[in-house]
Amino acid sequence: MPLYLNDDQKMLQDSAADFMKTEGGVAHFREFRDKNCKDGFSHALWKQFAEMGFTGILVDEEEGGLGLGHAEAGVVLEEIGRNLTPSPFLTTAVAGVEALNAGGKALRDKYFPGIIAGETVLSLAIDEGAKHRPDQIAMAATREGNGFKLDGKKQFVVQGGSADALIVAARTSGSAGDEKGLTLFAVDTDAKGLSRDNVRLVDSAVAAHVEFDGVVVDADAVIGEVDDGDVVLKRLLNAGRTGAAAETLGVGTGAMDITVDYIKGRKQFDTTIGSFQALQHRAAHLYSEMEIARATVLKAQQLLDEGAKSAELMVSVAKSKVGRATSLSVKEGVQMHGGVGMTDEYDIGLYMKRDRALQEFLGDANYHTNLVAEMHGY
Amino acid sequence: MSDLETFRKETAAWLEANCPPEMRQPMVDESDACWGGRNPTYKPGQKEWMDIMAEKGWTVPDWPKEYGGGGLSRAETKILQQEMARLKCRSPLSSFGIWMLGPALLHFGTEEQKKHFLPQIARGEIRWCQGYSEPGSGSDLASLQTSAVDQGDHYIVNGQKIWTSYADKADWIFCLTRTDKSEKHKGITFLLFDMASEGVTTKPIKLISGASPFCETFFDDVKVPKSYGEGVSSVVFEENRGWDVAKYLLGHERSMISGEGSSGGGSLGAKFADQVGRDDMGRLDDPMLRAQMADIDIELLAFRAMAERFGDTFKAGLCHPAQPNMMKYAGTEINKRRHELIMSAGGSQVLEWESEATNGGLTARSWLRTKANSIEGGTSEVMLNVVSKQILQLPNT
Ligand SMILES: Cc1cc2nc3c(=O)[nH]c(=O)nc-3n(C[C@H](O)[C@H](O)[C@H](O)COP(=O)(O)OP(=O)(O)OC[C@H]3O[C@@H](n4cnc5c(N)ncnc54)[C@H](O)[C@@H]3O)c2cc1C
Repeated sequence: MPLYLNDDQKMLQDSAADFMKTEGGVAHFREFRDKNCKDGFSHALWKQFAEMGFTGILVDEEEGGLGLGHAEAGVVLEEIGRNLTPSPFLTTAVAGVEALNAGGKALRDKYFPGIIAGETVLSLAIDEGAKHRPDQIAMAATREGNGFKLDGKKQFVVQGGSADALIVAARTSGSAGDEKGLTLFAVDTDAKGLSRDNVRLVDSAVAAHVEFDGVVVDADAVIGEVDDGDVVLKRLLNAGRTGAAAETLGVGTGAMDITVDYIKGRKQFDTTIGSFQALQHRAAHLYSEMEIARATVLKAQQLLDEGAKSAELMVSVAKSKVGRATSLSVKEGVQMHGGVGMTDEYDIGLYMKRDRALQEFLGDANYHTNLVAEMHGY
Repeated sequence: MSDLETFRKETAAWLEANCPPEMRQPMVDESDACWGGRNPTYKPGQKEWMDIMAEKGWTVPDWPKEYGGGGLSRAETKILQQEMARLKCRSPLSSFGIWMLGPALLHFGTEEQKKHFLPQIARGEIRWCQGYSEPGSGSDLASLQTSAVDQGDHYIVNGQKIWTSYADKADWIFCLTRTDKSEKHKGITFLLFDMASEGVTTKPIKLISGASPFCETFFDDVKVPKSYGEGVSSVVFEENRGWDVAKYLLGHERSMISGEGSSGGGSLGAKFADQVGRDDMGRLDDPMLRAQMADIDIELLAFRAMAERFGDTFKAGLCHPAQPNMMKYAGTEINKRRHELIMSAGGSQVLEWESEATNGGLTARSWLRTKANSIEGGTSEVMLNVVSKQILQLPNT
């Protein structure tokens, strides 16, 4: 398979680009942000996502979805990133759906129709500390009756305040650090004993601190097999990380494009500042970094779609490389804008804030760099 | 089985059966490359491997068959490369003819020029060198002064080239000459001639790595025929239009040099952890070096994906014409970083310049050699200039 988008994917890209720009562009982001409502996104827009078919992108055709892959999900995510579109697409339609795809039919029947219709929102309850450490999950799920009782706390549950259900990773046996003994659950947010404290993040998204105080779920809530949650989690993480990388790529290229445009227009010393070699070289270096980042994302998506063994390594390469390239893009962006780069009126700062949040989502560049070393056995 | 899967199976079987065992050992240094030519120096297995691959057209798998190539599609070429890498088969032939002149002839040459020159390149019979740079014309290559004066049925060439890689070993030269002094870019002619011609002399220059792979090249009233036979002109494209050819060729040269960035083999950390030392968790025991190694592993894997994407989009006509400049910049900068880390992992041991233990200072010499990567074929700064002007469309001062 060549490492560029095929014709169908390009068509999807055109429609996603057009849709995000007109319906979910930066103006929409600002308008929504300034309303300061409790949701981090507009439910009306999420409905429109469904009308476009995006919500069922990773759902099998027999189950009412589009039956497409990570490459296609990534096409949509990149446009979300480029336009800073607020939506629960990544947690619901990508990571959430992939987790459910790894489990039984009953749960898919329960959640997929709502997701496809743009009515159901899923969030991921994985992290327990300020840094992403999925191998250290300690939250307990103890057997009770025919089900489980969940006790513990999760944080950085992005869009958690608006979620109808959470994908929760908890320990059913063993202790933090063990590979086996995790179990994944789909927990409805109206469950008794579940409370949420919603907080606004630097990028204006809303995330929840979730407390589970003896939340009882029955055995049907288990995704996949008890104690084998690592299998489900891996699938969720691969999808979520690759998806986050695609969204970050959109943020990075978006920021670069804005910046290059800006330095073509701004005049100082009687000339456009884009004619200064000091800026040209930095812009060209940034272009090179973003191009390489793009190749890693598409490669990771293709390997995941092929079910290749090497996919996981490439996922970490992509999350890390795109993270570093985009972080460079937003920092160079603000600097090359000069004073206006610091103002709320200009968009470049919004990209910087979005990037910061995406960096932390499912592991930052350092985290994935360490994983690459581990996967290589050193 | 799809056609491509069949092709993969057959290719693997053929390589297994035909690649000499010596040619499946890792290359140790530049002298392990096979360059062919009129005065070759072959190590065991090299000639056999070159000849049998040439017979199949696989020294240049994606060139058309009528010019000595294999006529393979992009997908088949990729499979051949993947299988050669998997079976650790060395490249059968290193050649400026393949990397630089060939693509330029395929694009600009007449049918007769292609039929005459390309099969000789594919079979490794003629070794070419590149006469571009001059003492006063490096980054500003188009300011070159070496003159070719029209004398009816021949030109008389006078002047000096510098940094001509392997000029002392090459059979022929593709040379940029000035045929019109009143025009800068539009007064350059791309000329092909024999290095054995009277009036050509070469003088090796010693590099910081200790080797002397390149030369000063002098032309003193060298007589270059206008034609080497029916339709086989010594000028590629047209007189005074050599700059078009030169630039096109540089695109291929830059793509080729960028390959340094993706050819580095496996993970550096995996390779050096035992040598450097491991902690009780099995991790490389210098945490800062470990982090840098992991960073470069990521850069290499990322650049390898980039190289694949570049190759695919280039073949499909989808990539920006100036993209080879970005590839050259990124690939060479990564390769330099990689060799810095190899030196760091080697510690004081690899400082030994002549000892047997270091194979004559091989690691250090290779490290020094990589510093040229971001100079040869156009410097990193020039690459960034081109990217910012041609791709990002940033204005001139
Ligand atoms: C190992 C090796 C092999 C080579 N092989 C060949 C060969 O086979 N044939 C051949 O013809 N040539 C060959 N070259 C020559 C090579 O192409 C030139 O060295 C190169 O183009 C740079 O030219 P220069 O050395 O004159 O440096 P200069 O052009 O003098 O550059 C010096 C410094 O100034 C910077 N600079 C120059 N112009 C600009 C600008 N506009 N903006 C910003 N910075 C600028 C450069 O980036 C560099 O850092 C080889 C070189 C090396 C090192």
